[in-house]
Amino acid sequence: MSTDALAESFPDEVVTRALVRYADVGGLPGPVAMITLDNGLDHTRPSTFGPAGLVCLDRAIDDVEAHSPAVSAIAVTGKPYVFAVGADLSGVPKVRSRDDAVAIGRLGHRVFGRLRASSVPTFALINGAALGGGLELALSCHYRTLSTGAGALAFPECYLGLVPGWGGSFLLPHLIGAESAIAVIVDNALSQNRMLRPAQAHQLGIADAMFEPADFIECSIAWAAGVVNGDVVVRRRDVDRGSGWDDAVTRGRAAVETRLHGAAPAPYRALDLIAAARDADIDTAFAAEDEALGDLLMSEELRSGLYAFDLVHKRARRAVGAPDPSLARQATKVGVVGAGLMARQLALLFAHRLQVPVVLTDVDAGRLEAGVTAVHRQIEALAAKGRITPDTALRLVAAVTGSPTVEGLAGADVVIEAVFEDIDVKRRVFAGVERVVARSCLLATNTSSLSVSAMAERLRHPERVVGLHFFNPVAVLPLVEVVRARATDEESLATAVALANAAKKSAVLVRDAPGFVVNRLLTRMLGEVIAAIDEGTPIEDADRALDPLGLPMAPMVLLALVGPPVALHVAETLHDAFPDRFAVSDNLRRLVDAGKPGIYLWDGGEPRIDPDVSALFTRGSSPSTVDDVRARALAAVADEARRMLDEKVVAGARDIDECMILGAGWPLHLGGITPYLDRTGISERVTGQRFLSRGVASPLP
Amino acid sequence: MSREAAVSREAAVSREAAVSREAVSRALSDVVFVDGVRTPFGRAGPTGMYAQTRADDLVIRSIRTLLARYPDLARERIDDVAVAATTQTGDQGLTIGRTAALLAGLPASVPGFAVDRMCAGAMTAVTMVASAIGAGAYDVALAAGVEHMGRHPMGDGVDPNPRIIAEKLVDPSALVMGQTAENLHDRFPAITRSRADDYAAASQQRFGRAVADGSVGPELTTVATRSAEHGYGLATADERPRPATTATELAALAPAFRPHGRVTAGNSAGRTDGAAACLLAASDVAAELGLPAAMRMVGYAFAGVEPEVMGLGPIPATEKVLRRAELSIEDIGLIEINEAFAVQVLAFLDHYGIGDDDPRVNPYGGAIAVGHPLAASGVRLMIALATAFASRPDVRYGLTTMCVGIGMGGSVVWANPHWHEA
Repeated sequence: MSTDALAESFPDEVVTRALVRYADVGGLPGPVAMITLDNGLDHTRPSTFGPAGLVCLDRAIDDVEAHSPAVSAIAVTGKPYVFAVGADLSGVPKVRSRDDAVAIGRLGHRVFGRLRASSVPTFALINGAALGGGLELALSCHYRTLSTGAGALAFPECYLGLVPGWGGSFLLPHLIGAESAIAVIVDNALSQNRMLRPAQAHQLGIADAMFEPADFIECSIAWAAGVVNGDVVVRRRDVDRGSGWDDAVTRGRAAVETRLHGAAPAPYRALDLIAAARDADIDTAFAAEDEALGDLLMSEELRSGLYAFDLVHKRARRAVGAPDPSLARQATKVGVVGAGLMARQLALLFAHRLQVPVVLTDVDAGRLEAGVTAVHRQIEALAAKGRITPDTALRLVAAVTGSPTVEGLAGADVVIEAVFEDIDVKRRVFAGVERVVARSCLLATNTSSLSVSAMAERLRHPERVVGLHFFNPVAVLPLVEVVRARATDEESLATAVALANAAKKSAVLVRDAPGFVVNRLLTRMLGEVIAAIDEGTPIEDADRALDPLGLPMAPMVLLALVGPPVALHVAETLHDAFPDRFAVSDNLRRLVDAGKPGIYLWDGGEPRIDPDVSALFTRGSSPSTVDDVRARALAAVADEARRMLDEKVVAGARDIDECMILGAGWPLHLGGITPYLDRTGISERVTGQRFLSRGVASPLP
Repeated sequence: MSREAAVSREAAVSREAAVSREAVSRALSDVVFVDGVRTPFGRAGPTGMYAQTRADDLVIRSIRTLLARYPDLARERIDDVAVAATTQTGDQGLTIGRTAALLAGLPASVPGFAVDRMCAGAMTAVTMVASAIGAGAYDVALAAGVEHMGRHPMGDGVDPNPRIIAEKLVDPSALVMGQTAENLHDRFPAITRSRADDYAAASQQRFGRAVADGSVGPELTTVATRSAEHGYGLATADERPRPATTATELAALAPAFRPHGRVTAGNSAGRTDGAAACLLAASDVAAELGLPAAMRMVGYAFAGVEPEVMGLGPIPATEKVLRRAELSIEDIGLIEINEAFAVQVLAFLDHYGIGDDDPRVNPYGGAIAVGHPLAASGVRLMIALATAFASRPDVRYGLTTMCVGIGMGGSVVWANPHWHEA
């Protein structure tokens, strides 16, 4: 396939140009060709490579090779703050054939390969963020310098559903060894796309020299000149190309299997490529990368991954359907009612992110004092970890105080309650708060399942009540379900969204419906798994039924994380609302009554079923197979998701997916959940229709 | 005894001690010029090599390169950072001495300040910190200057007081440097256009030879020059010099400041972007820290003249510094005089009876060739003199001098540590 035809798949490509200049540097016979990769926009739109960008680089290298006098070195760098952040994936949804996908791999290999095959030394000056294909371009150069100010270095391919396919799967393990390469390409990618800091990358051997940002280019060129004229000797680590290589691959496979159970192909393919790279010649290895790209670019998992990436990194920045942000009121003081686990996390979050006074209040003086102390300890822990400065810690500790009475909340612009999940208790709390705060104060509830409208009903100003449903652990999960109650006005809703965003969380607007989105779907799914157990399915079988999805944890592990009492409470609430779909398991009730934290004991590192729990449970005699449990649970999820859309709990399937990724940690390769339900045919079988049209999170036919 | 009482008693005791003991002033020190670095000088304007490079980055790069030569000098030992700029706004603003120090990676404990004496900014930065070293307040200090005349054209944003015109305090031509140069030609009819052009051509040729023989070059750092349109480049050499220039060619240029005048783009320093930085230390501290001494400061002086003939400034400044140092012009073996305009150099030479082509004067050429980034040039003169000292142990004393806008001159006399009697 021709490059021009490829370019047609990327009509909206923001082309990264390769700008060439020549510098006469002392001590070298010829000039240094300096190639700058620059898409012409600022750092908020980092440079990427699509077909046209690769052609630009190709032509730049032509220009350099034709230059007279002959150059003594080629140095490639990026625009300020960015080296290059990889392939332009915006056109991928339009790639319709595997041949096209393979051609993308070949084009990258051919152009980057010119830097590797160059007869004059080539240098990558990694001045800023280098991700994926950008890092592969750097690896294709003979030498690399790295700025200590470079923002992020990573191979996010496996996170998205790809492999480093422009040389990275071969070049990186041969540069730094298979063990480190697998850590970077596979482990980091699967750990929420973890990035390397420059010092780490240098330590691993990815870069040969590191310089400070103030004169990074100047120092890099001087260093490069030293390499060319022999003054600088570059030492690289010894790479174990024997059993150490194979052992690393074996360990990598085991880790991926534990995590994914085969749910997504990319990390497996990456490990295959790295395994083969040990003995393969470079052409064979690169051809294998092309084939892997061909398969993966056309895969449902990658298409879901790109869809999900777009949801969480672009769409989630601004809540869809939210009122004009200019309507939001300022939050200069926050009140938190309650001093329990959730209240403490909320107090810490608001103090840390908003840097405003936060007052906790609780009817139980002992719990209040313990709560404030716990938040102060958390602030000190942040300082100890270097996340905040000692001065900021002092400021935040002073900002977080306790008040034994509700009067302490006077002057607050926002009060959020996180007291016991009881509608009457919460009503009383809001009624009390309303007496001491200004008319404009936002009243928010962190309820996970109660009706926000019901809570607001008897207040003088129900229009300022919203739900702000954070997820536990608050510091980790980036979602807030912002619940618009019946009376909520635009200003209050805008304030709630602004507050969530100021706390660096992604807000999704939801209607005031039982369980909102995440808890409703999780509870429905969990309900089916528990029901299967109640009916006699072995716990182990039921709990591994969903393994093939690669969820972050098995259902019974999730139950332990949430806590059986909370799970029971949510199940009861949903049962009250939808008795025909949400059962309340007697076994779950027994678990709660027995005060058990879950069904597993973790004493040996590996979970084993608590014999007390086995004794506690009464079980039926109609077990299901593992496959049946999975089918049943997923059918329930599809059914519930469709109902939520029909009831307009959220505006669209994208909101559901965004919620499940950000609030439950569901993986990108499922696209959240609706792309998975679509591609497996479950949506159509259960609900008679797809959630998303073909071509969205899936290849076009 | 309560804690409060104990504290107050302690305070009383220490007050008593303070009264009974006279604080000791530090002894006066000799000041040495350790080393200097400058950026290549660029042609100011949209096509110049620094068109899209920040001014502060130029001086930061100079400071970093200079300090990188002395890795063993603990950065905390630097007592101050003086950075001069004539237009202290934008990327030359924000107390550039302090911000440049921080951005150069110096510890937060190292202070800095900004200096302005127009063309003599860097020279004033040097004399300021040298005075502090001499008085024993500092041990080691950085002095630097920068002018990005492309981003900050001379006179940009100024708001002259209307009294200047209303009360005829200063001739209006005083604010246009080229007109002050024409005024000098008027005052000294013996300084003709052709003498000025001959001098300018010689400056170009001397500079060209100095580059060729390596007298100019080692003090240069490199600067990454990014342009949004063309990507990164690297400045490694001065952009302005035209070593092949002849007086005949210069004679063909049109006057730039007055119809049928004498001052042209060829016999004056062009608008220039650049920065220069130097390291100064007390001589005993330099010895202790193993820092070399390229020059020892003998003395300095600044003097004012009528603003409309500002080019005369070096004459009274030099008279003053020589008188105080008890030296005469005959004792001065090398002179680095800034060439804002050829006429102003010739006026100085005529005053002292020195020939237009005297080899003691600007042996490596001057600003007519390399350019004059106002507040940076003083340090460039010092670097040139230090270079010349090293190769001329027969010379005992040298002079750096320059004219200054609004009618001033500055002169610094230096002793050559390499000097030995023949």
